[in-house]
Amino acid sequence: MNAELTAIDWIIMGTYFVFVLGIGFALRRHMKTSTDFFLSGRSIPAWVAGLAFLSANLGAQEVIGMAASGAKYGIATSHFYWIGAVPAMVFLGVFMMPFYYGSRARSVPEYLKLRFDEKTRAFNAFSFAIMTVVSSGISMYAMGLLLNLLLGWDFSVSVWVSAAIVLAYVFLGGLTSAIYNEVLQFFLIVFGFAPLVFLALKDIGGWHGLKIGLAQVATSQGFAAGAWSSSWAHMGDASANPMGVEWFGLSMGLGFVLAFGYWCTDFLVVQRAMAADSMSAARRTPIIAALPKMLFPFLVILPGMIAIALTYSQGHDGFALPRKSDGTFNYDLAMPSMLFHYFPTGMLGLGLTALLASFMSGMAGNVTAFNTVWTYDIYQSYIRRGASDRHYLWVGRLTTVVGIALSVATAYAATHFNNIMDMLQLVFAFVNAPLFATFLLGMFWKRATGHGAFVGLIGGTAAAAIHHGLTLSKGGVIGLKGGWLAVTHVYTSEMAQNFWTAIYAFSSCVFLTVVVSLMSRPRAEHELKGLVYSLTERIATREPRWYLRPVTVGAIILGLTALLNIVFW
Amino acid sequence: MGLDIRLPIGLLFVVIGAMLAGFGWLGDRTVYERSLHINVNLEWGLFMVLTGLVFLWLSRRHTAAMHPSEQSVEGRATEAREHATGLEGPDPQ
Repeated sequence: MNAELTAIDWIIMGTYFVFVLGIGFALRRHMKTSTDFFLSGRSIPAWVAGLAFLSANLGAQEVIGMAASGAKYGIATSHFYWIGAVPAMVFLGVFMMPFYYGSRARSVPEYLKLRFDEKTRAFNAFSFAIMTVVSSGISMYAMGLLLNLLLGWDFSVSVWVSAAIVLAYVFLGGLTSAIYNEVLQFFLIVFGFAPLVFLALKDIGGWHGLKIGLAQVATSQGFAAGAWSSSWAHMGDASANPMGVEWFGLSMGLGFVLAFGYWCTDFLVVQRAMAADSMSAARRTPIIAALPKMLFPFLVILPGMIAIALTYSQGHDGFALPRKSDGTFNYDLAMPSMLFHYFPTGMLGLGLTALLASFMSGMAGNVTAFNTVWTYDIYQSYIRRGASDRHYLWVGRLTTVVGIALSVATAYAATHFNNIMDMLQLVFAFVNAPLFATFLLGMFWKRATGHGAFVGLIGGTAAAAIHHGLTLSKGGVIGLKGGWLAVTHVYTSEMAQNFWTAIYAFSSCVFLTVVVSLMSRPRAEHELKGLVYSLTERIATREPRWYLRPVTVGAIILGLTALLNIVFW
Repeated sequence: MGLDIRLPIGLLFVVIGAMLAGFGWLGDRTVYERSLHINVNLEWGLFMVLTGLVFLWLSRRHTAAMHPSEQSVEGRATEAREHATGLEGPDPQ
């Protein structure tokens, strides 16, 4: 890859960093209370919260990973958006936000405490805190490796400089600073990658040309010609599509359990909506985010698809996806290598700035969620109750420093113990898989009890682990890939195995929560007001402007998403 | 929250856009071979400047951070509740 940057590229990157830090400084004097620092004083307008909601998740994994999946699996990658994220975001806004925001909980674990009990909150708070720090460290590690490979930058310099910048702006401006920078980064990513999509699509001859190229990709790997360019047509059988999944596992495992579990319960994203300035703004936050989310496949998946199509059509202009040392494609380089191929110096600076911005906002998202959960749900609950607000604000700032230090330590640990990191991520997947069941039952079934929720969560996590231990994916090696108890079933792909692990975890959690709840004493109904659907007053007054009604806008977005599914069927 | 985010976004876009456009206008044209002979720096730079100006214009319009209560559903509900329970304080004006 030829990757010489010139002065203009460096100046563009530098300008961005000046703005990022400037926002932190400008907000510093507004951080007077812990609510300002952790919840932006609940004063963020809906559109800002919405774009931040989207951006907090738009880390490196998203941009690099979705392009990689686009190259590897084709348009089917859009399922992560069109049956995964978008419906889940609409559901969060329409049905769940009234309880999160209405309960005045300051975090997702705190909602669990209000709705269920202390132990359920503790389980969620501790697992979430560890998870955010580790995943932020792992993405920092990935960034260091990538920048080293692409630009020859030193791993340590990349890690420390980006950590220092994120630390500076979160330390100064708290959640508001993170949110503002996420919005800035959203526009940068759109403006940095849109011209790439335009150029690449023009080069390959539009959608028609891309389809011809992808047919070649599919047939040379033994699939039907449309396997890369149609999202549903080849989902009837797991062996007919490159993802190796069938429609049921896909819609239930990914669409229902995993996507809803992530978008509706992960504090990293929900925190953005909790910072909104009113209930209706909080409800609109995920719905506003759903609109661009629906269109993101065109920005992040399409470049990957074009990259693989160009590679197979024997490069009429010489583009080829880089390979690893063992000769297989290095899919993770799909997006960066396309940037280098089409962008001249100048635009290249903008594209790289967008990439760096996505790394940093992902990190900042993790850090702000971590410092809130640590300060409110762990420190204030179990270490020091009843201190002054000033004290908690101070703890929050200190936690920001500690959280970033731990992420950096994790990034270095990952360079030595890659297997341990993979194992940790696997454990997190087990812990996360049943979560949505707990929230669903908690919000919509007033009979669900704290004991039920706790046993359900532990049991669901165990079910995920057991299912993983009993199954393997085709060609997988026993161990981290599963089968460590016994191999009773072999899935067509790792993705199918993951989806089914989630389905088993979710079902076990529902079953156990219901059984244990029915055996334990229910809480008095008046204690659950505002926390459970049937015991909460409906918001009676209707917003006169249709575009401000969550249900109306949500329905329109779902309709458009269904349309996209049909168009790319 | 003290700072209107549209202001920094607008400024950043105008500054970066102007740099790109200037570079595209004055700089070496041979670099555009890879971008299908399109001077993306000039064209996209100008578009970014325009977008930035729109953001600046939006931030200049005085959108108050506080809205009168009758503009939102919650606000109207609060007003109605206060009215019903006789809690309405003296009008601040």
